[in-house]
Amino acid sequence: MTAPRGVGARLPFVDGIEKVTGAARYTADLSSTGALVGRILRSPYAHAELLEVDISEALKLPGVRAVVTGADCDQPYGVIPIAQNEFPLARDRVRYYGDPVAAVAAVDEVTAIEALSRIRLRVRELPAFFSSADARKPNAVLLHDNKPGNIEREVHNEFGDTDAGFAQADVVREELYECAEVHHAMMEPDAALAVFDAERGHLTLYSVSQVPYYVHLTLARCLKMEMAHIRVIKPFVGGGFGHRTEVLNFEVICAMLARAARGTVRLVLSREETFLTHRGRPESQIRMKLGLAKDGRITACQAEVIQRGGAYGGYGLVTILYSGALLHGLYDLPAVKYDGYRVYSNTPPCGAMRGHGTVNIRFAFESLLDAMAKELGLDPFEVRRRNLLQAPTETINGLKVLSYGLPQCLDWVEKASGWIERHGQLEQKGPLRRGLGMGCSHFVSGSAKPVHWSGEPHAVIILKLDFDASVTILTGAADIGQGSSTILTQIVAEVLGLGYDRLRIVANDSAITPKDNGSYSSRVTFMVGNAALDAAENLKRLLVTAAARRLKVSVAEIEWLGEAAIVAADPERRISFTEVVEEALVGTGTLLIKGTFTCPPEFQGGKHRGGAVGSTMGFSYTAQVVEVSVDMDLGKVAVEKVWAAIDCGLAINPMSVEGQVQGAIWMGMGQAISEETVYEQGRHQAANLLDYRVPTIVESPDIDVHIVESLDPNGPFGAKEASEGPLSGFPSALAAAVEDAIGIRFTALPITQMRVFDALQKKPQTTPPESVSTASARGDT
Amino acid sequence: MDCGGWNDPRNGYPMKKILRLSVNGKPREDAVAENALLIDYLRDTLGLTGTKQGCDGGECGACTVLVDSQPRLACSTLAHSLAGRKVETIESLSHEGNLSRLQRAFHEHLGTQCGFCTPGMIMAAEALLRTNPHPDRTAIRAALAGNLCRCTGYVKIIESVEAAAQEQSV
Ligand code: FES
Ligand code: FES
Repeated sequence: MTAPRGVGARLPFVDGIEKVTGAARYTADLSSTGALVGRILRSPYAHAELLEVDISEALKLPGVRAVVTGADCDQPYGVIPIAQNEFPLARDRVRYYGDPVAAVAAVDEVTAIEALSRIRLRVRELPAFFSSADARKPNAVLLHDNKPGNIEREVHNEFGDTDAGFAQADVVREELYECAEVHHAMMEPDAALAVFDAERGHLTLYSVSQVPYYVHLTLARCLKMEMAHIRVIKPFVGGGFGHRTEVLNFEVICAMLARAARGTVRLVLSREETFLTHRGRPESQIRMKLGLAKDGRITACQAEVIQRGGAYGGYGLVTILYSGALLHGLYDLPAVKYDGYRVYSNTPPCGAMRGHGTVNIRFAFESLLDAMAKELGLDPFEVRRRNLLQAPTETINGLKVLSYGLPQCLDWVEKASGWIERHGQLEQKGPLRRGLGMGCSHFVSGSAKPVHWSGEPHAVIILKLDFDASVTILTGAADIGQGSSTILTQIVAEVLGLGYDRLRIVANDSAITPKDNGSYSSRVTFMVGNAALDAAENLKRLLVTAAARRLKVSVAEIEWLGEAAIVAADPERRISFTEVVEEALVGTGTLLIKGTFTCPPEFQGGKHRGGAVGSTMGFSYTAQVVEVSVDMDLGKVAVEKVWAAIDCGLAINPMSVEGQVQGAIWMGMGQAISEETVYEQGRHQAANLLDYRVPTIVESPDIDVHIVESLDPNGPFGAKEASEGPLSGFPSALAAAVEDAIGIRFTALPITQMRVFDALQKKPQTTPPESVSTASARGDT
Repeated sequence: MDCGGWNDPRNGYPMKKILRLSVNGKPREDAVAENALLIDYLRDTLGLTGTKQGCDGGECGACTVLVDSQPRLACSTLAHSLAGRKVETIESLSHEGNLSRLQRAFHEHLGTQCGFCTPGMIMAAEALLRTNPHPDRTAIRAALAGNLCRCTGYVKIIESVEAAAQEQSV
């Protein structure tokens, strides 16, 4: 048996060799001989009016080539066109500790640091708000004058009749859930390199972006330059997880410095600055209410979500909309009411993070569903099976579900984990109590409506075929380590039947590659994959035609073998791929073949306000079982093992799917047991990788992954996303496992050792399980 | 150019001294600032950018190199403290263009996704396999405890090290 070649192959990443040899160049690795060193001065105030930024002494320092301030850019920017209220350097007002105020470019680091110390700020401090509750108080000073109540966006919607639903229910329960703010902590710190060609007035920016196209647009806006004079290049990127979906202030600042200095500026942020740049998942309070009939059917759902969004708009309105929209699409819900509040606060801005908008509300929903199932005497698997969707279907908020492998996912994890024999009955040894918990989740395969609606297709791929009989795939889709370049290469290899040695992929140089909407919302495999499929089919058609011409038969008589073409009825008549290419280029020369993909309007969500958020052509589905042990003396929760099954439609690369699922679940584990940002009067107390507790290899479990292939009718070869959905099922599954082990249900994340320890101290030894909220577990409210 | 003085030791710039050591099997003799960190010496002076900086010092393991076959954080080591010692970086592992067993295993088993932690991870694993050619999972976890990875969940990293150890034994 030969290993599969194209789609379905466990292909190592096409750019993997560079990564294991150290040859891969990330932004900070780019050759920058003669580059100036950029440095940013950040606000030492959480909230203040900026009366004066005096840079005169800094400018006098020998070796300083440029100093820029808020006065140098009066164009607000932000990822959502209707919510742009951020400047690359603060003007008039600083809104969080760490907000960039000025920046310098100098001949070396010592000079740059000295120059920053010579900049004088004159400010009038303002009251600052570090919690949603404080920011929403009636007389709170507004962070943004046009946002009364410090609310960026309120969302209120109801689908179906929730009053009637709750009236029909046999059990109704309501509970408050709280989730701490978490951060992406991708391993590569933020960095940019800007090259200003003073003679031509052109700018080239190398950056860590997930969406180089947004960076391109924003540079043109903020620097008031022609887009045609800007080039954006994405080198190797060390992860993103949403941090780099938005344009980040340092990217614009680096370009501003390069232009002001009329040269090249390298701006590498420290880990601390990367933490302050943030854009992570907001601290959330979620009031969740469910109604269940005796048989476990959900009759109604009501949720109120408050997100502490930080100082600027960013993705905020999308995040708060996502939380409501993605209540739907996992189970069959007859009535849902949602109230969401995105609040401004004097903390670093939040934004998109893996599982955008859905992780915290999924924790609340699954947790409450478990608690109510228990009350009704139903097994957690059983209650979920009672509420499954039947694909194809459309949810009450207008989301289409055409493929739905959740039932098979449930079956697999139930069996693989030995759930039936082991749940509630794990052996208890010494101080160790063991337990099992489960949870389900889903996520979009690309947002069906792009942020900028320009009338262009959602994705474009170009294949270049030339005299050397090689095929170069040109894509603007940013490979940030998730393997998108590999997936696109596999799709092209599959259609053309070619070996990988003929294929090359060039990603992300705006001067060369087609525009792409970027690597966010898990869109690349689905959308860009479909464009690659289209391009490869277009090229194949052309090649088959050329082969027929050369072999003097009709197109229908040709059998395409990839490295050769033959006459089907007479296999002796054959020509090699190289000869086919020769023929195809006659009279035309180098071929540039395009493929595109567009999500049809019927997939772009309900007609209600904000209805586009959450809309997609295909949801991934995950079920998982988590096994933990809890040390009753120490309160330490150890995750022993995870079983996860994912419906990703079809695995174009099963090894990569496993890697994505393992990474996502593990990131969910970090949020569930240890990760949280901590602000003390607005100052980040955990802006490093020791205090911000990313799990190490020692505390990380084995994660078994099973792939369910539901063959989505619209995904390329049936494929859907695999890298975000699995995250959001973990936290509630962990909380359930902890409850199974020690009889305490935690309703606040993260479930740290301290909190478990405190809860164990308070727990009366004989009473039944109780709920513990952050407030009581922390003992501070 | 601006008037001189900004790199004059009298203005707070460190003195440079000659550093002699072996890097990736080659003897070196370089003028290096007294307070230079090993990571900056490797990356900026020698252009060996395979060694990554993932944090502000001692938090992440991305900068792991070998000093006399022992793993060492290049971000927390003064270059001059290694006079006369043997330093190895990720760039030294492949031989005649062939990947080392660990490099091949990380590539083939997807022990690397974004790749940023990978050089440090492979160097830490290299140190392990040199002293313990057949580590069990506990030993692998212990050896890589100081190396953070944000992409893989570590599962395929462990499998990669196991695969490399197996290849070594055949
Ligand atoms: S760079 Fe993070 S430990 Fe050295
Ligand atoms: S592969 Fe990305 S941090 Fe490890």
